[in-house]
Amino acid sequence: MSSILTHSPALVMALPLLAAFLTPVVGRFNRKILGWFISAILGLTLGITILMAIQILTNGSMIYVFGGGDAGLTLPSGYTVPIRIIFHIDGMGIFMGLITAVVSFLAAIYSLSFMQKESGLEKYYALLLLLATGMFGMEFTGDIFNFFVFLEIASISSVALIAFRSNFSGEPAEAGFKYMVVSSISALMVLFAIGLFYGQYDVLNMATIASVMQFTQLDKIALILLVTVLSMKAGSVPMHMWTPDAYSEAPAAITMVLVAASQASLYALFRVCFSLYNISLNTVTIGWIIIILGVLSMFIGVTMAIIQKDIKRLMAYHAISQTGYMLLGVGVGLAVLANPVALNSFGIKAMEGSIFHIMNHAMYKGLLFLTAGALFYRTGTRDLNKMGGLANNMFYTTIFFIIGAAAIAGIPPFNGFASKLMIYESVYKFNPLLSIIAMLVSILTLASFVKVFHSAFLGPKLEQYKKVQEVPKSMLFAMATLACIIVLFGLFPDVIVKNLVHPAVMALINQTNYTATILGGI
Amino acid sequence: MKNEMSRIVRTVTTLIYGFIIVYGFYVIAHGHLTPGGGFQGGAIAASAFALLVVTYGDQGVKDFLKKDILSLVESTGLVLFIAFAFFGLGVTFFYNFMANSGGLFGNSAIIGINPGDLNTGGTIPIMNIAVGLEVLAALGVIILTMSAGSKNTKKKENS
Repeated sequence: MSSILTHSPALVMALPLLAAFLTPVVGRFNRKILGWFISAILGLTLGITILMAIQILTNGSMIYVFGGGDAGLTLPSGYTVPIRIIFHIDGMGIFMGLITAVVSFLAAIYSLSFMQKESGLEKYYALLLLLATGMFGMEFTGDIFNFFVFLEIASISSVALIAFRSNFSGEPAEAGFKYMVVSSISALMVLFAIGLFYGQYDVLNMATIASVMQFTQLDKIALILLVTVLSMKAGSVPMHMWTPDAYSEAPAAITMVLVAASQASLYALFRVCFSLYNISLNTVTIGWIIIILGVLSMFIGVTMAIIQKDIKRLMAYHAISQTGYMLLGVGVGLAVLANPVALNSFGIKAMEGSIFHIMNHAMYKGLLFLTAGALFYRTGTRDLNKMGGLANNMFYTTIFFIIGAAAIAGIPPFNGFASKLMIYESVYKFNPLLSIIAMLVSILTLASFVKVFHSAFLGPKLEQYKKVQEVPKSMLFAMATLACIIVLFGLFPDVIVKNLVHPAVMALINQTNYTATILGGI
Repeated sequence: MKNEMSRIVRTVTTLIYGFIIVYGFYVIAHGHLTPGGGFQGGAIAASAFALLVVTYGDQGVKDFLKKDILSLVESTGLVLFIAFAFFGLGVTFFYNFMANSGGLFGNSAIIGINPGDLNTGGTIPIMNIAVGLEVLAALGVIILTMSAGSKNTKKKENS
């Protein structure tokens, strides 16, 4: 038991990797058990992640040195900087890890029925597992070059999954190509920034770079590159062109995982700003840049969403808009980072709101994409004008859609309300105008989801959908789990904020702790 | 119509492709001693496959290069790699438990100028071999897929 806990950082990353490599063999041997095999592996991974979360939240950060003589030995005798690849998981990392574990497990369960009729399932599942591995790696790693490797693993597997021939309409290959161009550019820029760090400081460990950071001109260039490309990968507005295509063309379960994957990039953006640079940078400027990116994403995302007729494209624009909330709150936190009074009075609160919103967003946006997938599974179309009266046939899907839509619009008692209220209150103290824009965006969100609900679910039964039935059980199970999480988080937000979100925010703000975990109190 | 190249190209290919594959495996096996390693050696070996496909067309090599077998080799390489990473779990993931143990690849490395002892490196040579198998099989599959795809493009261009 304790040895599982010691090795858990490696196991969480390596189990999906092992399963991905075994998938072609299992698929050749027996195609029927393939989906169950993948679900079992991802369920096991989820279990280990939860164990690890309990360990980290009670005892503090975990480190894991790959190939070292001991899992916690970062500096063997005679070394002044860590050489080996180190996984460094603090409150923020495990918070993102939990999201990834939940989402990828539910995606596998949902795919059991959703992808049943497709060919080439071994490749689909292998890529899903590789995507999970890449996301876990991005969130857990403490080594910046290792981060680049996992970013590439996640990007390449997402490209292949977006282009997976599952949709009968649309242009999945085009969306995949677009995402490939975007992720190659961002990976190159990340590599260039890593080169700038390595050239100056001769180290690749993030904590070590943070401890010797001089904030030279080259560091500024690296910061600009990293902020730009990571917010591009997260899908914030001036660089959002890939998001609607990729999200709407990918299979529904994959879209849910892609949302979590773009949040992993968002996590990396926060990690770079807080743990790598912290107050050595001009926090007010960078904070305002992130706030402006956030406000633009919120507003342009939602206005573009209102006019969409394709249900998944509409939801994809909402995903951009919700990313804006996360950037807004953390941007406010970053802008007041150097000012302890403001940080304590509203900065930490704003960051808690947005970090909480990351998890809420992954849950309700995942649920909404899954309901869109359920509609597509039964009707064969994503066009809202062709749907109608589906509430008559698909009772549970309708309920899950209402829960998801109420959560994204910020209606109590669902989880979106809890995190959005925290953002409104704290951002109002920073700048009232930003808070008012955020509320306006929330109202527009509600308006566009009322439209979706009306055109897809309400109205009389349509002739062509007479025989439409409720979706199979595995899809219902995935949606029901997410709906339960949404309601529970909405009813007891204080428990979650105190136990999960607050440690995550503190892990971001407190850079000294981050470096001391690796370097031993320098 | 047979999609083959001229007699000169065919003769030279037949003569040298075996040597290319052997050289590829040499680079793989000496990965821990000389420049190169699993990926580079695998790519060299796969270039022999590319030569065969270009010379004889994908119909001509279909008895020699089979996609099924290649993808099985690919999975084997990958599983071998991750399995040896898991075997280190007694200490840490990826721990080199075979180095300096005296067994297979277990001699300790000699410091200074020396001709090189192949029997060193612990799990590193094994992982090089795994990566080499994976790369040569995966590139083989890619080459076969691309040559099958190029026929479709040609058909579209001609029509």
